[in-house]
Amino acid sequence: MVDVLAFGEHAGGKIAPITADLIAAARGVGGRVAVVLMGGDLTGLEAQTAPLGVDKVYTVQHPLLAGESVDMLVSALEQVCRRVQPRVLLLGKTAIGRDVGPCVAFRLGVGAAQDSVAVEAGGQTGRIVATRPVYGGTAMAKVTFGSSNPQVVIMRPGAVERGSVPGAGEGVAEEAEAIEVELDESIRKVRHVETVRKESERMRLDGASVVVSGGRGLRGPEPFAMLEELAGLLGGAVGASRAACDAGWVDHSYQIGLTGATIRPDLYVTVGISGASQHMAGCSGAKRIVAINKDADANIFKEASFGVVGDWSKVLPSFMEAVRDLVRS
Amino acid sequence: MAVRRDAVANIIVCVKQVPDPEAPPSAFRIDDGGKRIADSPGVSSVLNGFDENAVEAALRIKDAAGGRITVLSLGSAFAADVVKKPLSMGADDLVLLQDETFDDLDSYGTALVLSEALKRIGEFDLVLCGRQASDWDNAQAPLGIAELLGIPCITVAQKVEINGGVVVAERVLSGGYEVVEADMPALVTVSNELGEPRYPTLRGIMTAGRKQPTVWSADDLGIDRARLERRIRIMDLFLPVRDRQCEVIQGEDDADSGRLLALRLREEKLI
Ligand SMILES: Cc1cc2nc3c(=O)[nH]c(=O)nc-3n(C[C@H](O)[C@H](O)[C@H](O)COP(=O)(O)OP(=O)(O)OC[C@H]3O[C@@H](n4cnc5c(N)ncnc54)[C@H](O)[C@@H]3O)c2cc1C
Ligand SMILES: Nc1ncnc2c1ncn2[C@@H]1O[C@H](COP(=O)(O)O)[C@@H](O)[C@H]1O
Repeated sequence: MVDVLAFGEHAGGKIAPITADLIAAARGVGGRVAVVLMGGDLTGLEAQTAPLGVDKVYTVQHPLLAGESVDMLVSALEQVCRRVQPRVLLLGKTAIGRDVGPCVAFRLGVGAAQDSVAVEAGGQTGRIVATRPVYGGTAMAKVTFGSSNPQVVIMRPGAVERGSVPGAGEGVAEEAEAIEVELDESIRKVRHVETVRKESERMRLDGASVVVSGGRGLRGPEPFAMLEELAGLLGGAVGASRAACDAGWVDHSYQIGLTGATIRPDLYVTVGISGASQHMAGCSGAKRIVAINKDADANIFKEASFGVVGDWSKVLPSFMEAVRDLVRS
Repeated sequence: MAVRRDAVANIIVCVKQVPDPEAPPSAFRIDDGGKRIADSPGVSSVLNGFDENAVEAALRIKDAAGGRITVLSLGSAFAADVVKKPLSMGADDLVLLQDETFDDLDSYGTALVLSEALKRIGEFDLVLCGRQASDWDNAQAPLGIAELLGIPCITVAQKVEINGGVVVAERVLSGGYEVVEADMPALVTVSNELGEPRYPTLRGIMTAGRKQPTVWSADDLGIDRARLERRIRIMDLFLPVRDRQCEVIQGEDDADSGRLLALRLREEKLI
């Protein structure tokens, strides 16, 4: 019997960080926790789950699962759910999980709680309660499930403190089981043609310990050169609000927020960003937020630890000069 | 499903009316039941932003290759100027699925009703949706519609084109995109990376004003209400209070404040 089944993601022969998030969340729910790994070739992956603390690892290896086709993954996961009958199915809100989770739920006729930041076993009913930001983060909802299983929860990456859940991260003695699934080419409805990576030298946003972001208040692309320099001084990465991306000042891969990147830096410096809830949804995990904004009433000052109310074109140059001196000394 | 294979495509765009997501958080109120956002004067109704991107995607296809665009919206009450906006941008027809029972649907119920309406419309090549609705941020209804109709689903597109009976789309990935294709009929969800939706023209607004929407109720669609039972139940909805005490650094002038900010951050060992 398995109570909670986590859909483990992996890339390049390594377990992806989201998988550890999911296992930590699963441990918080309680009961027997299993992870399912799917792919064309899972060699060496199973062993990497041991330190994460699961009771069981299911492996589903099939040539048609190479290449991350959502259609194939949905069919395979549906078959696994019918076999294993978990009470709870956890996925990550990643490019894959946010589609696979709801599709499996629809196929099984059950509900899915998308983009959840907390999950717990509910009171008397024993049903799962998921907490999700809604209205772009302006409101929070606690939702629960009807009577059918699995209860599908799609977790926002980084939402669960991995260390904070008892049992997570401890190597629990685990069993392994390979599950055979039936797949054929006719299942693939969406065909992959090519992947286009925008070559960039710039530091990745996820994982950066310092992020410097600009918004509509910068009024154009030029000031981003200053932000690049500042990020360079601080060993950090540059991000942006959606308004700055939509305006074409920087590429959309800079976007931080609900529909952009999620960051958890130690220091997040925002310049000319108002702090809309949809933006804050991507940076609420930042330890300290610094705001430079000329509007004292801007929402960003409700979330920032340090701020300057002023015009960035005056504040930023002297800030950078002082930073330059400080990092040199 | 009857699918016509004319030269021009039949495109259906699903649009939702939502409370303005960019209204200041302080304007939002929760109603007494604690389960939904209350109507409040500070929060107007707008068309979901990503759905405007979806309308734009449909219009670009129509501009390039011709086509007929039908807009489909589901709800219990509509503001005419909101749901008619796609018509004023250049869409051809509007179908409203309006019923009191549609007041409280989860993603499953929403997808079910929309898929029944699509079956009734019958002849379509492409269904376009927004990537998510900015009220409940579910990003689920389109996946459900495609599942229920058994058609391909491509999510988070920044470009959508059709080429014969095939839809080709660019799917946004972090740090790039992926080109994918599927046989039609298919469903594609559209993201803001597609680019700004066009403004309604004056002529468009006048034509839209004259157009009468087709309205279908749950009974018209022959929907058994028991199937609409919520799979996801709302226990509580609340407005979190965020008020970190912000230390405002104030120097003699803006430049001085910038310098002091750096010193303060060094004191805190943040830089
Ligand atoms: C469904 C949905 C999803 C979204 N997803 C995201 C997302 O992922 N990421 C995101 O960022 N947004 C997202 N948004 C958009 C979000 O709601 C805001 O519109 C956006 O974040 C605003 O960007 P901004 O702060 O740069 O611009 P604005 O809100 O226009 O703020 C500009 C700020 O600059 C300040 N300013 C102007 N001039 C100066 C100056 N000279 N010096 C100093 N300050 C100045 C102003 O006081 C103002 O506060 C989403 C919206 C929706 C509806
Ligand atoms: N009530 C509705 N009427 C029409 N389209 C909808 C409705 N709800 C959702 N959709 C479509 O599905 C997309 C995603 O919505 P959601 O799954 O609710 O986030 C929206 O952007 C719309 O295109």
